[in-house]
Amino acid sequence: MLVPISWLKDYVDITLSVEELAERLTLAGLEVTGIRYIGIPQGEPPEGINLPPSDHLVWDRNRLVLGAIREVRAHPDADRLVLALVDYGDDELEQCVTGAPNLFPFKDQGPLDPPLLAPFAHEGAEVLDGHANDGSRMILKERKLRGIPNRSMVCSEKELGISNEHEGIMLLDWDEFGDMPPGTPLQDVLGDAVLDIDMLPNIARCYNIVGVAREVAALTGAELRLPPLDVVAEGPPIEGQVRIEIREPELNPRFTFALLRDIEIKESPGWMQRRLKLTGMRPINNIVDATNYVMLELGEPLHAFDYDVLRERAGGNPPTIITRLPEPGEHLVTLDGQDHTLDDFNILVADQQGALAFGGVMGGLESEIWDPSMEVLDATGVEVDEDGDKLPHGKAAARRVSTTNVLLEAASWNIVSTRRTMQSHKMNTEAGIRFSRGVHPAMAPRGVKRCIELMRQISGGTVAQGIIDNYALPAETVEVDLPVSEVDRLLGFEIPRDEIVRMLRALEFTVEEDGDRLHVTVPDHRLDIGTGLTGRSDLVEEIARVYGYDRVPITVIADELPPQWGNVALEREEHLRDALARAGLREIVTYRLTTPEREALLTPQGQSSDWPDVPYVELANPISADKTVMRHTLLASMLDIAAANARHTDRQMLFEIGHVYLPVDGARLPDEPARLGLLLTGPRGVPDWQDAGDTAIMNFFDLKGVIDTALRDLRVNGTISYQPVEHSSFHPGRVAELRINGRAVGVLGQVHPLVCEVFDLGLDLDRPVLAAEFDLDTLLADVQTLREIAPVPTQPAVYQDIALIVDDSIPAAEVEAVIVAAGGDLLEAARLFDVYRGDPIPAGKKSLAYALTYRLPDRTLTDKEVAKAHAKIAKAAQTRLQADLRG
Amino acid sequence: MLEQLDSIYAQALDELSDITTGDALSGWERRYLGKKGEVTQLLRSTGKLPKEERAAFGQRANVIKNELIGAFAGREEAIRQHELATQLEEGALDVTLPGRPVQTGGLHPATQTLREFYAVWAEMGFQVFRSRDVEDDETNFTLLNMPPHHPARDMWDTFYTTTPGVILRTHTSPGQIRAMHELGEDGTQPIRVILPGMCYRYEQISARSEVQFNQVEGLAVGRNIRLTDLKGTIAEFARRMYGEDKRVRFRGSYFPFTEPSMEVDVECILCGGEGCGVCKYTGWLEIAGCGMVHPIVLHNGGYDPTEWSGFAFGMGPERMTMLKHGIQDIRYFWGNDLRFLEQF
Repeated sequence: MLVPISWLKDYVDITLSVEELAERLTLAGLEVTGIRYIGIPQGEPPEGINLPPSDHLVWDRNRLVLGAIREVRAHPDADRLVLALVDYGDDELEQCVTGAPNLFPFKDQGPLDPPLLAPFAHEGAEVLDGHANDGSRMILKERKLRGIPNRSMVCSEKELGISNEHEGIMLLDWDEFGDMPPGTPLQDVLGDAVLDIDMLPNIARCYNIVGVAREVAALTGAELRLPPLDVVAEGPPIEGQVRIEIREPELNPRFTFALLRDIEIKESPGWMQRRLKLTGMRPINNIVDATNYVMLELGEPLHAFDYDVLRERAGGNPPTIITRLPEPGEHLVTLDGQDHTLDDFNILVADQQGALAFGGVMGGLESEIWDPSMEVLDATGVEVDEDGDKLPHGKAAARRVSTTNVLLEAASWNIVSTRRTMQSHKMNTEAGIRFSRGVHPAMAPRGVKRCIELMRQISGGTVAQGIIDNYALPAETVEVDLPVSEVDRLLGFEIPRDEIVRMLRALEFTVEEDGDRLHVTVPDHRLDIGTGLTGRSDLVEEIARVYGYDRVPITVIADELPPQWGNVALEREEHLRDALARAGLREIVTYRLTTPEREALLTPQGQSSDWPDVPYVELANPISADKTVMRHTLLASMLDIAAANARHTDRQMLFEIGHVYLPVDGARLPDEPARLGLLLTGPRGVPDWQDAGDTAIMNFFDLKGVIDTALRDLRVNGTISYQPVEHSSFHPGRVAELRINGRAVGVLGQVHPLVCEVFDLGLDLDRPVLAAEFDLDTLLADVQTLREIAPVPTQPAVYQDIALIVDDSIPAAEVEAVIVAAGGDLLEAARLFDVYRGDPIPAGKKSLAYALTYRLPDRTLTDKEVAKAHAKIAKAAQTRLQADLRG
Repeated sequence: MLEQLDSIYAQALDELSDITTGDALSGWERRYLGKKGEVTQLLRSTGKLPKEERAAFGQRANVIKNELIGAFAGREEAIRQHELATQLEEGALDVTLPGRPVQTGGLHPATQTLREFYAVWAEMGFQVFRSRDVEDDETNFTLLNMPPHHPARDMWDTFYTTTPGVILRTHTSPGQIRAMHELGEDGTQPIRVILPGMCYRYEQISARSEVQFNQVEGLAVGRNIRLTDLKGTIAEFARRMYGEDKRVRFRGSYFPFTEPSMEVDVECILCGGEGCGVCKYTGWLEIAGCGMVHPIVLHNGGYDPTEWSGFAFGMGPERMTMLKHGIQDIRYFWGNDLRFLEQF
């Protein structure tokens, strides 16, 4: 929300600098995200704070001053220029040549009384270039304009950096500035600063200038001056001229009306327009501007109806306004021309003929304030198109005359229904934003009184006496019992009781003191304070906030430390990460959102998938077509990442640890098991200048080696086995299931070439992509935490090799098992170092060569003992594997 | 014999002066001083001399032998020095040639930052507690003091699933409720945990926003947990994480599940508070939201809010990593380009 300091000062005296004020508000929870300076220089930042330097135009105090145009004369040689004679406080008048169209009506009218007040720039003044759109600046120099020398000028808003308006020069109201002498530095006339405050949902009460002023008063100890609510009402009483019927008090607790007759629709006064513009609203006309002005000032959104339209609809009788839920199939055309089919929860303002407006959100087209001379209308601050043709006013204009009688509504609407209506109809109006955050019903009569009086003052009508006020569901007065000791308990330090009372009263709470207890009554402009414990907590926040969080002392937790537990699952998971990084793999973290179609690509067409056969956790509101469900597997996203990296990187060794999401029958929430994914592809080493590097392409056994290394690093205890299996995403002969102590952990293998192809990794069989996906809990279940370290051998070992020729179909694991079993205690280790097929090994056979280490821990083996063991191994191989010893 | 001795001596010295290699030197040693060397032989033949000459000869021969041994040692050292000098001279490398690359792996930056968080918080007694990604609406919002249609729900753009009431968690705060139920033993035990995890927001992916991101929530519940403790704890974290001398600032904020609520700023880690592009010239970086656990949340977690109190805080590891390393685009994190990851 934009808050001009000049406006704020109407309600509270401010002695702090703009920058200090911004810092105080920020610390108190009204975060000032920016300060816009108008003409005045940026001040020093408060101690310890930095401020972004502002590059706005600072008005030179000597050269940019208030000017009074005493006379406008025709330019002798140019129809589109005039000569303005400006009094700028010096003895002589300065003649400015200008093309400002808004001076033309004054041309050759003789001396002007009162004169026209306008910002005046001397020779040498720096102003923005009115014809440029890039914010570039210029310095005034003397030059001739159509033969007349000119060295100064009267300025447009754009030239001063106030707005983008450059249609004419900025004219200031005599009523407002007439008592300022010409020559007053412009900084003192129009200089201002506008705070941009980020309004969090809990400070809806501050979503208006008075609300911010109240905070300033509480924070600085200054007095708050509320705007007057007196109305000069000289017309016949409003009673009998309109009726209100509230059918849904929950949704519309209160509805008030005031009536103003015989108005003249025109531009609102300069001060009001200026304030609206500073707060980001576009002035429309005096009636609409007054509703917006009061909404900004007090926070109560208002809606002005054309009273005569309502009477006409009621057959010339006093209208009855009904607030109700829609009839089935009912429609409403809002003032932005949109035709809405209404939902059953949209609370409406209607009359007996039909809907007139969305309550609290947006008015209807038909009953809006109308003035044919006004270009476009917008009673609720909706941004409207500059191009009037696009707006649907033609229809209404054809049969309507300018509004003369205004029925002004101020009501109270339910937070939730306002919010739902805004969402379902995509209407984000200033009124809706306020009601959806909460406006206290007590604000309605205040708003309607303040606004009708302002309208009267600026449109010249007569106010009907009294207001219509239907308060169908009065808000309960909120009272909170607050023990001072509770404040101390939650804050951890003592704020003097007097200080607490003072701060609460400054925020307009009523406080009665009763021993340790404070009986606090919540003021009727705020809805954010609850009852009971919530209310206490709400008040403690108010106290701490106003006291200043920066003043709250710092302590070390004195409370007992809860028992600390060993977080085994996390420790093992982190150990696994380290083990894989040590093994040369790079961790990736991918999106957990994917599509069923993407994961379906993991199974070659025509095959049945071996991935979990369960439904997906599916998004009801996906934000993009490639992220519609929660994944079943890591593999698809890992392949995507590998494909992306393959464009620039040959060699990839990746892993990911993350969850997959598997709905469970009968449970609302899915299982979220964690998975480990591995992916290797490319050459084993990187080439270097000294030798070629190991550029062999990684294969299944590189993957298996990584897994073995990681399992060893983790100290997984028990029987680890790799069983040949089939899996739809893998090469049928190059895939295994990892089992630890008989439990299946997951699959590893060479990704099916057809899968590689659809994932843009190519169909090159010589460049396999190796991948694995394991269940993390199963993988880490048998990690050994306590284990013995073997003593370093003191006895020498005897090394012997054995090469066995066996049938090609016999798995190496079986051969090794036979060797180990036969070797007994003497055999310390058996390491396969060669697999050979081909001449002279017969077809259908292979030779497996093992390096055997024999050793006993306590004594040196004799040659004879080793020979005996070796022979036993050879024998076992012959009998159990039909192996031949290779020469 | 004496003449012979002297002539061998002279000859040996003469030859020695020409020797420049270790091999030649060994030959010389064998020839003169070895078991069958000429000097040794002559010495052995001392017995053949007449008795009266033996003493003089023996004396002389020993002198010569020692002289030659000395000369040999001197020569040997000279040759060693020479050979070493030659080796050092010839062994020079072009040290500017590239080193041979060692292929290592590494951890994702998100993991690295999470671990830093774990370590710092563990020292302060906060242990890791993890909870689910797919949450129910009740735990994510309602139990955190945001009933349906509460305006504060607008603060989170939520992914809903096709199962009514099931959403992707928008923050790690639902973990507070789960931690209180799992660890609080019906509101009888104090708690000190951090809750890391992936969160999801319905947002267009851009350089500044992601659909998924990590968050680390903290929660302390006890019989005497105070606002001053919250400030002290967060300030301590900031000092350990960002440096002893870093100033910390607390300012009012709003979260439905804490009250009072605050935002925490730390003095900009890049400019030290002078003002720079990263801190948008404010000198401050926002590092956390925090507050005292709302009594309704304590109650929903099984605690009696009149006797128990607590604080909670939340931080974004990716944002921290970005600030620390001047990373301009959050999409790098889940993009997993190796040229990005390998810089960590």
